[in-house]
This record gives sequence, C-alpha cells and structure tokens, in this order.
Amino acid sequence: MRDAFAAELTALAGADPRVIMLSGDIGNRLFDKYKSAFPDRFYNCGVAEQNMMSVAAALASSGMRPIVYTIAPFVTLRCLEQIRVDVCYHNVPVVIVGVGAGLSYAALGATHHSLEDVACLRALPHMSVVCPGDPIEAGLALRAALKHPGPVYLRLGKKGEPGVHQKPPEFIIGRGIVLKPGQRVGLLSCGTLLPESLAAAAELERRGVSTELVSFHTVKPLDEALLHRIFSRFELVATVEEHGLIGGLGSAVAEWLCDQKPVKTRLCRIGGPDAFLHEAGEQEYARRRFGLDAEAIVARVLERL
Amino acid sequence: MTAPNLAALQTVARRVRGQVLDMSHKAGTAHLASSLSCVDILVACYWTALRIDPKKPDDRDRDRLVFSKGHAAMALYATLAERGFFAPALLDQYCVDGGRLAEQPSPGCAPGVEVATGSLGHGLSWAVGLSLAARLRRSDSRVIAIVSDGECQEGSTWEAALMAPAHKLSAITVVVDYNKWQATGRSNQIMALEPLARKWESFGWNAREVDGHDLGALASALAERADPEGRPRAIVAHTIKGKGVSFMEDDNNWHYRSPNAQELSAARRELGLP
Repeated sequence: MRDAFAAELTALAGADPRVIMLSGDIGNRLFDKYKSAFPDRFYNCGVAEQNMMSVAAALASSGMRPIVYTIAPFVTLRCLEQIRVDVCYHNVPVVIVGVGAGLSYAALGATHHSLEDVACLRALPHMSVVCPGDPIEAGLALRAALKHPGPVYLRLGKKGEPGVHQKPPEFIIGRGIVLKPGQRVGLLSCGTLLPESLAAAAELERRGVSTELVSFHTVKPLDEALLHRIFSRFELVATVEEHGLIGGLGSAVAEWLCDQKPVKTRLCRIGGPDAFLHEAGEQEYARRRFGLDAEAIVARVLERL
Repeated sequence: MTAPNLAALQTVARRVRGQVLDMSHKAGTAHLASSLSCVDILVACYWTALRIDPKKPDDRDRDRLVFSKGHAAMALYATLAERGFFAPALLDQYCVDGGRLAEQPSPGCAPGVEVATGSLGHGLSWAVGLSLAARLRRSDSRVIAIVSDGECQEGSTWEAALMAPAHKLSAITVVVDYNKWQATGRSNQIMALEPLARKWESFGWNAREVDGHDLGALASALAERADPEGRPRAIVAHTIKGKGVSFMEDDNNWHYRSPNAQELSAARRELGLP
C-alpha cells in the first residue's frame, strides 16, 4: 500500500500544484521520486507531530492541499487535539495518512500498533475515515481524498500487501465496493484485512455458505444504502477490521442498526480485543493471536450462523 | 512606515481597554486581566505593524495576526472593532446565547479573526503554516503570533519554535505577552520559563525584550517586516496582568473575576473614559 500511495501521490502532485507533503520523519527513500520532482512541496516536519498537524491546517486554510504522513498511532493519537481543533473545527481539507494501521507493525511492539485510531477519529465532526483494502484502493482513496472538501483520515497498511482487485474499481468515499455477490452471509471488510476476508469468503463458499464480500472501506460517512440492502437480505452480517472492537466499523454499524426498525439479520463484529499485545511477533502471528486471520473469521461466522 | 503618533495610539489603547472592561462586566466572563495585559501589543500590531485593510479582511496578501492566547479574545474583538474590521455593535453578541462571539474565537466568527484558538500552544504552528503558504505563493505577507507566557509551557509551542528557523521563516514574529501569571499562580514558580528570551535565542530566533506597555518600543520592535539574517523573530514583551486599572494590576484574582458596576465605573474613570 505504501508504494502504491507514493506512486499515486507523485502523479497527483504533478497535476495539482496545491498538493504539499508533510512527513513525520518516515518514508526514507519512499518519496524520492516525489521529492526530486517537487522539492519545494515536501517538508520533513521531524519528530513533532502536533506541530506538523497544525502547520497542515494552516496550509490548508491558505488554499493548499496538505497530506500529513507518518505511522498511524503518531499521526492520530499523538496529535489528536490538533486534529480536532485545527483541522476539524476549522473544517479544512487536510489528508491525514496513517501508515502501519492495525497490527502492520506488530513486531515493533504495541507503541506502534494502531487499534484505536478509527474510534478516535470518527468521533470528530467533519472527519471522514477511509480504510483502503489493497494497494489499488490505496491509490484510489488518495485520489478521492484530495478531491474531498473536508478532512480525511486515510488508514494504510504497510508494504507488500497482495492486490485484491483485478482492475481499478469505482472508488467513492462513503460507498462500499461489492467484490463478490452472495446470499446468506454479508462480510463487510474494512481496510487491511481485505485479503483475509477474501480467503474467508472463499472458504465459506467451499463449505456451502453463500457469502457476499464487500470492501467497506469508509467507516465515516457510513454507506447507509448498502447497509439497508444488506441487512434486509442476509441471515448474518459480519464486520471485519484490524482495529479494536470499541469504536471501529463494527461499532459504527451496530450504532446505525440500533437506530433502524428491528431486522432479523444478526450482526457479528470481528475485531481486536480490548487489550494490548505484549508478546513479540510478526503481523501474521499477531493477527492469529487476536483472531483476525481468515481461519478465525470463518470460525466466527460459522459459530454465529 | 512613518513614526506612529504615540498620543493617538495611547488613546486607542484606552478605548480598547474600556471596551474590554464593558464586555467583561456585561457578560461576567473571566480572563479580563489576561486581556488587559495584551492590549498595547495588539494596538501596536494593528496600528503600526500589520499591512491590512479592514475593508478587505480576506485579501490574499494581507498580513496575518494569529491570536494564540484565545482566552483573551475580548481584547482581540475590541481591537478589531476599533480598527474598523466590523461595527462595534457586533460586540453586543459577545457571550450571549446564539451570539457570534464566543468567549474564545470560533472559525470565521468575525472579520479579521484569522484562527480559532483557545486551546493553548497551537498558534505558533499556525504562524509557521501560514508563513510557509505565503512563501509558496511568493507573497511577502508577514505573520505575527501573540502567545501567552503560559503557552510557553506547551511542548507544541517549542515544536513550532524548532521548525520556523529550520526553514528560515523570517516573516514570522512571535510576541510573548509575558505577564508572569497564569490561571492559578506565578508562571515561573509553576514552570521554569526563565530565561525566556534566551530560550528563544537559543532556538535560533532573533530575540529581544521590550516593555510591553510602551507603544513606541513595541512599534519599533515590530517595525522590520522580515529579519535580514533570515531568522524568525521573538519579542518577549514584559507586561502587567490587568494593566491600565490600578486595582487590577498584577492581582491574579482578576484572571477569573469580572467587574461589578461600581468597579467598572472606577476603572473607566482611571482610563479617563466617560
């Protein structure tokens, strides 16, 4: 996702002189092409995220289109108040990019995990929260975010995620993408777990459970039309996210559901526990440990059917 | 810029203080003393330093004033009204239900209010961003940020202080309203701010200290639009909290208190106002 993001950024900055990149001292080499093409539109703001976020708000209020880029927990929680006051209260179009979402940087320890960022950012007025599911979506999401008139949080994984889409889908902030139609179970996959969800959907089909797979990339604003459709048709809807169960997509859908007329369709939320991961381990291990791999998704869905 | 008429500026400052006292009395709001301490700084900025046209508050190449100490918004509102950014009648909407002027400024609440502030330690970063944006569009717009001494306890202020010299943002001037008090005590007893001017100097700023109530000294400290050596500039303005009213000066009770009718008329008398 990182590479797709950097390539798309370079392309978009060429077309729009308002695009300006602020980095929190990461992305070594990643932005070399961008930097050599647009040296006056790249600022390494150092290890000072609060300042970086307010600077971005000021740039945006002056007509620029700033992109603020660093590791997910540091570009969200470290400067949450600056996001709230300077970006959201002023309602200026800053694109906040968190790389290493969820357990992408599992090996670096829980300081670098990001399982609460969506909960915090979607609570803020004016903020849109977009979680692309594969490298193609990451590029499209950046393109859409830079056209959006208000603040956007773009939650990216790391490097080397498999592509899920065969060709670029239509990507609209706030509208889910149906990857595979089905009849019994609706799997709403948000962000980095899309490849796991794809594998889980395939396994469910093998076991005779017809499953619709949706890349539900936008947590805010919710795709209510899609939710209405899916909750009127399926036996079970499962949300899947590399984020804690408190405040993520599962919460958002549950909140929405509470405000609707009662439906028979049940909701199953799959996400991380209310806990830090204390052990060492790579992302695959961490996902298994928190029940976020394809096998665990299948097991949870079957258990709830 | 021609030498300012000091007597005229002093009259303006007295009128602004009178307006601030009226607002605090009417609304019963706090932060009166914090507002009074920065009136002369605001007057020096708006009448001698800033290239602005109150009739064109959104002009692209205007100078910007970032009023970082949002809690003292009464002083900003009264100054902007006096400078002609809006009719003084708007001040009647200060802290009334449904009014446009909140106790701390909201985005776009009135012409001339550049940034919504109130949470401390944000303003200097705004100055950095506004100044970078000006440079990118090749404008010589200057940015003045007024910060409180209390705000110099926020880490984010020093993050911005590290960034501005790295990019030679010489069009930024920060003015510290150094009134030596914060909400509940003496600033230097709570956090070691001293030596404050040397801190700015050591961060790469061209720092100087002035009497923050001497309009002539303020005007001359603010006179240069950009530092010839390429450094951002810091003016540590020594001020007195509650300045202008003898029974409020340096008495921190007036951080939260507002004057009753009797105190208001005594204060206005001292300022030579009807």
